[in-house]
Amino acid sequence: MKKHTISILVENKFGALNRIVGLFSARGYNIDSISVGTSEDDSVARVTIVSKGDDDVIEQIIKQLNKLIDVTKVVDLTYDNFVERELVLIKVAANRNSRSELMQISEIFRSKIIDISPRSITIEATGSEQKVDAMIKMLDPFGIKEIARTGRVALKREFEGTV
Amino acid sequence: MRTTVNIITKHGDNIMSTNEMTGSEIFVKSLIEENVEYMFGYPGGAVIGVYDAMHDMSHIKHILTRHEQGAVHAAEGYAKATGKVGVVLVTSGPGATNTVTGVADAYMDSVPIVVFTGQVSTHLIGNDAFQEADIIGITRSITKHNFLVKDVKQLAWTIKAAFHIASTGRPGPVVVDMPKDVMASKAPFLYPKEVKLRGYHPFYFGHMGQINKAVEIINASRKPVLYVGGGVINSNASTELFNLAKKLNAPVAMTLMGLGAYPGDDKLSMGRVGVHGTWYSNVAVDQCDCLIAIGSRFDDRVTGNPAMFSPNSRKIHIDIDPSAISKNVKVDVPIVGDVRHVLERLTPLVNPLNTKEWLEQIEEWKAEHPLRYENGNEIRAQYVIEKIYELTNGNAVITTDVGQNQMWTAQFYKFLNPRSNITSGGLGTMGFSFPAAMGAAFGVKDRPVFSINGDGGIQMNIQEMATAVSNKLPLKIVILNNGYLGMVRQWQDLFYKKRYSHVTLGNNPDFVKLAEAFGGAGFVADKTEEVVPTLEEAMKINDRPVIIDFRTIKEDNVFPMIPSAGTVAQIIDYPKSVKELEMAKTQSEAVK
Repeated sequence: MKKHTISILVENKFGALNRIVGLFSARGYNIDSISVGTSEDDSVARVTIVSKGDDDVIEQIIKQLNKLIDVTKVVDLTYDNFVERELVLIKVAANRNSRSELMQISEIFRSKIIDISPRSITIEATGSEQKVDAMIKMLDPFGIKEIARTGRVALKREFEGTV
Repeated sequence: MRTTVNIITKHGDNIMSTNEMTGSEIFVKSLIEENVEYMFGYPGGAVIGVYDAMHDMSHIKHILTRHEQGAVHAAEGYAKATGKVGVVLVTSGPGATNTVTGVADAYMDSVPIVVFTGQVSTHLIGNDAFQEADIIGITRSITKHNFLVKDVKQLAWTIKAAFHIASTGRPGPVVVDMPKDVMASKAPFLYPKEVKLRGYHPFYFGHMGQINKAVEIINASRKPVLYVGGGVINSNASTELFNLAKKLNAPVAMTLMGLGAYPGDDKLSMGRVGVHGTWYSNVAVDQCDCLIAIGSRFDDRVTGNPAMFSPNSRKIHIDIDPSAISKNVKVDVPIVGDVRHVLERLTPLVNPLNTKEWLEQIEEWKAEHPLRYENGNEIRAQYVIEKIYELTNGNAVITTDVGQNQMWTAQFYKFLNPRSNITSGGLGTMGFSFPAAMGAAFGVKDRPVFSINGDGGIQMNIQEMATAVSNKLPLKIVILNNGYLGMVRQWQDLFYKKRYSHVTLGNNPDFVKLAEAFGGAGFVADKTEEVVPTLEEAMKINDRPVIIDFRTIKEDNVFPMIPSAGTVAQIIDYPKSVKELEMAKTQSEAVK
């Protein structure tokens, strides 16, 4: 089963997000991550959902989403060239001995330290899901206290090839 | 409260009124603009203002049902019989939640209805106020769309949008929730001529490239089957379907919802396909080389095991709902569009096919495996349905409940016209038949309306007798009374070693007395020879509803039958002997 990144434009109205989420739960579709925010148009919100499923299931998901009256556009970015980012905040246990090593790791991943205390530091990282996963793996041995991830946001690339 | 009095006297007058009106008045005026004839409803605290605005209204007839579920089924019956939008008005909280079954039923069977629910005032929403229920949240997954009107200025637009959404594309129910304070506040009335919805563009015409691909497959076929569903009726495409079938010389298998789309007495009709469909329609679908699905959705009650469904055919699927395509069964050529529009473009392009051998084969099957039952002194439900068919010349509007009564009606009433077969197909709602028949009777005045019931289902909405009597509806309410919840009993018989768990209806009321207590007429018959005279007597009564209690043979099973998720190879035909029945049971045990 392949992971699909589905970008949805939906009327920015009362209950609209609920319709989308409700559709996934009512029909037993899987949600790996979901992120929501306004789009370039105030009256429209962009919802990015990462879902796992066979091609048949993904096809149904897209058709069912399209059927929602409030949904104005649905794109499965998976087969397109697209940019994706996820933001994560990671609070890691840190002391005098480990702090500098943690800062090095943070630098390698081009992330930022946004909070520091005698017993912990909090790192803000953005990147692809794989990058975030790799970073979490590197930090794990130090003792991760808390993680907050936004879920994937994505947009289609304008030009073919990587920019 | 109301300030202007006679704002609703003239139809269509001055729709751009600058006078401010209350939400309630706007509501009434909007419905007049939508040409609503009947509204089925039940008042209550949250809609008392709306009912006040309706007090002097003469354009729309409000039918006071005796339960909100009855109101929704009546609206469904009206919509299915006429093709117009059915309208319901109920209060908040319990009024709204009582509509849920009907709304879900309309969603499953693509019935265009708009249900207006009262709601507590906006400042109370979310406070667990008296008679508050989050009906928008509750009905989100069982409506085509729903609206909460938060501002009286949005009301007219919302009503227009609700009717538009309910009646276009694949039809379905729309719920409009109207808070009490919104309906009391004022705005100028401005009814839009049309609404534009960014995310809603039903596609009607069908892609010409796809149509051409379909034509190629059809023209190469020697053993075609038209597998038609309720979509043909929804798009008023019976004539187009008839033309296609006749041009191709292709046999027609109908789903439960599709019955009536093609005349059931025509030689090309194979009757119904599916679990309790005819032996030959199921076998023909199994063995055809080209399956043309028209407004049908490959429901599990038709396909059985989808992997084994019609294994050797190339499949074409015409449906207005893209999500219905390849949902259960992969098809070769999908055509998204309105059935009527697509058939109008497809039929001229196909060639008459040489189906002589194929039709002969089907005739042979029809002779070998006809629908049958054993008649005797005790009344058989099948016989009752056959006689109703004969006495009404196939011209009645028939509503059915759910279970054996529904299956036997589908088998033995040969529906000749569309919008004649009104049944709860998708949701399978007991208590549907009778209120739906009421709604149908309001919409259709020139044909008799029969409501077919079991003795279980009729008791689920029997209170509507009061509504039917009040409105002098000449309904014929047939009860096939076997003292059992027959279909469940049949399954317990076939699959659960005859352990009849809680399916006996021991204390049925005296239905004749019950009918009379409500002010209707009642008849009872318990011998086969009494069936026709009783029906004839009942059909003479035309000023009130009549209940006809047929005491049928207690234990009879519906055959043919394909056990759940089974295949055509497992069809159990009507057993010719006790021995054969025992064999069938052993066989079905094995399938289970």
